[in-house]
Amino acid sequence: MNTRRSSFPLYFYYFGLIALLYLPIVVLFLFSLNAKTSLSFPLQGLTLGWYQKLFNSPAILHSARNSLAVAVGSSLAATVLGTMVSILYLRYEFRSKNLLMALAVLPLIVPYIVLAVALLILFSVVHVERSLWTVGVAHTVVALPYVVLIVASRLAGFDASLEEAAMDLGADYPTTLRRVVLPMIFPAIISAFLTAFTVSFDEFALALFLAGTEPTFPVYLFSQLRFANRLPIMIALAVLLMISTLTLVFISERIRRVK
Amino acid sequence: MRDGGRRSAGGWGLDRRATFRFLYFPPILWLGIFFLLPLVLMLAFSFRANMSGELFQLWTPTFSQYAQLIKAGSYWRLLGISALMALGVATAAVILSYPIAYFLAFRAGERAALYLVLLLVPFWTSYLLRVMAWKLMLGTEGVINSFLLYVGWIQEPLTALLYNRNAVMLTLIYVWIPFVTLPILAALQRIDPSLFEAAADLGARPFYQFTRITLPLSLPGVFAAFFMVFIPTVGEYVTPLLVGGSSGSMYGNIIQDFFTKAANWPLGSALSMIMLVAALIFVYIATRIIDLRALFE
Repeated sequence: MNTRRSSFPLYFYYFGLIALLYLPIVVLFLFSLNAKTSLSFPLQGLTLGWYQKLFNSPAILHSARNSLAVAVGSSLAATVLGTMVSILYLRYEFRSKNLLMALAVLPLIVPYIVLAVALLILFSVVHVERSLWTVGVAHTVVALPYVVLIVASRLAGFDASLEEAAMDLGADYPTTLRRVVLPMIFPAIISAFLTAFTVSFDEFALALFLAGTEPTFPVYLFSQLRFANRLPIMIALAVLLMISTLTLVFISERIRRVK
Repeated sequence: MRDGGRRSAGGWGLDRRATFRFLYFPPILWLGIFFLLPLVLMLAFSFRANMSGELFQLWTPTFSQYAQLIKAGSYWRLLGISALMALGVATAAVILSYPIAYFLAFRAGERAALYLVLLLVPFWTSYLLRVMAWKLMLGTEGVINSFLLYVGWIQEPLTALLYNRNAVMLTLIYVWIPFVTLPILAALQRIDPSLFEAAADLGARPFYQFTRITLPLSLPGVFAAFFMVFIPTVGEYVTPLLVGGSSGSMYGNIIQDFFTKAANWPLGSALSMIMLVAALIFVYIATRIIDLRALFE
């Protein structure tokens, strides 16, 4: 069925759609190099000035650092908790097993606005002030399903005979987990961590409700959207962030392919 | 590993039980406190009469919020409109992505991995900025208007492109396309190639092969993709905020308003509960139709 002639329309369609998908991003990129402040055509000469200004804008860099801290913290927590759930689900028999699994993947189907206001109520009721911590907690909850799905599918690929062998040789169960199970699923754990990281780093719908006086990058970006003269700098940072995200994704894919 | 050789079966049974507690309590507590409890509190708030008094106090449960919602048709209409928008967005995204997934699964050959990454790059770009980019595309001084003015097809910039529901839907379709391709691709890749050989041996034409083998076997992926877009789109509030203007707002925006500007948490909670229950019913029906577990293998 693979004749070259019949593939041509599909090639055409693929590259046409790719062009459409990249068009807005290219437009953004152009504005990050445009000498004019207002985001309108025609463009007015090339400049790297916005990138320069970016490194003299402590508030923007500060928000990017906040996002980084939240993303690292929440994805670490989500990875640990999600790995625990995966091991429990695949290596133990207990009554609330399916309930635990359902609870761990349910955040995937609760609309973010609902979770955002629900957490806002929780933190307000117990008088926890909103901060990067509260954003991080929310991100841990929404990243957990991704971790569980990635780690559990890798763990399901190994049967328990290696663990039984380790225990027959005298290892206790915690040692077996540490020396046998964790190394086996390690690529999935790294990939899960990076996925959780990208979920958190760019997340806005929850952060808008839960960030206090310290904004994450998307929250700060949103607050600046109405100031036209700030936009080119924000776009410049976003371009840099996009490049770093891509690097992360490439690393994550590389690691995931290790089987 | 401790030395001392083998221990009795009861011995490792004990570590396993201790390990169980160690593994069980952190996730169950985390999800209980930060996922289940907030939703329960939200449910409780939806039965509160008003915001007066302390946030944390006992109140007499009342149905007044729900009564008010049922009476006011505008909320239901907006929920209906949001669901229709999500239906349109999810359908369009699936239809536009299917040929891409098909191309990557069967025709792209050795470069399939590269083409896939190329497709996913936009998805890893800042969400807010991708939405912003559409503002730059559709605005009166944007790409489309500048182009049309330059070519001379129009004399005045078109204002109807931005700040309405169509702009919201267009932007969302754009945002979702790369994401939607993944489950469809996964389903297509799982089809056993020998089925095509068998069909060809029996004289089936390519089109017949597609309608009788490829399409039916890829349907779980198609449904999954649909639901993965539909649920978050019904609850969307950020995109309408940026490109929707006053006429493009969605159900999520009224929830947001009741928790920020209007500060009417009980009514906002009731609205959220309705959306949550609708989403859960919807997903329950979805899991009756498709086996979601098949997607993550």
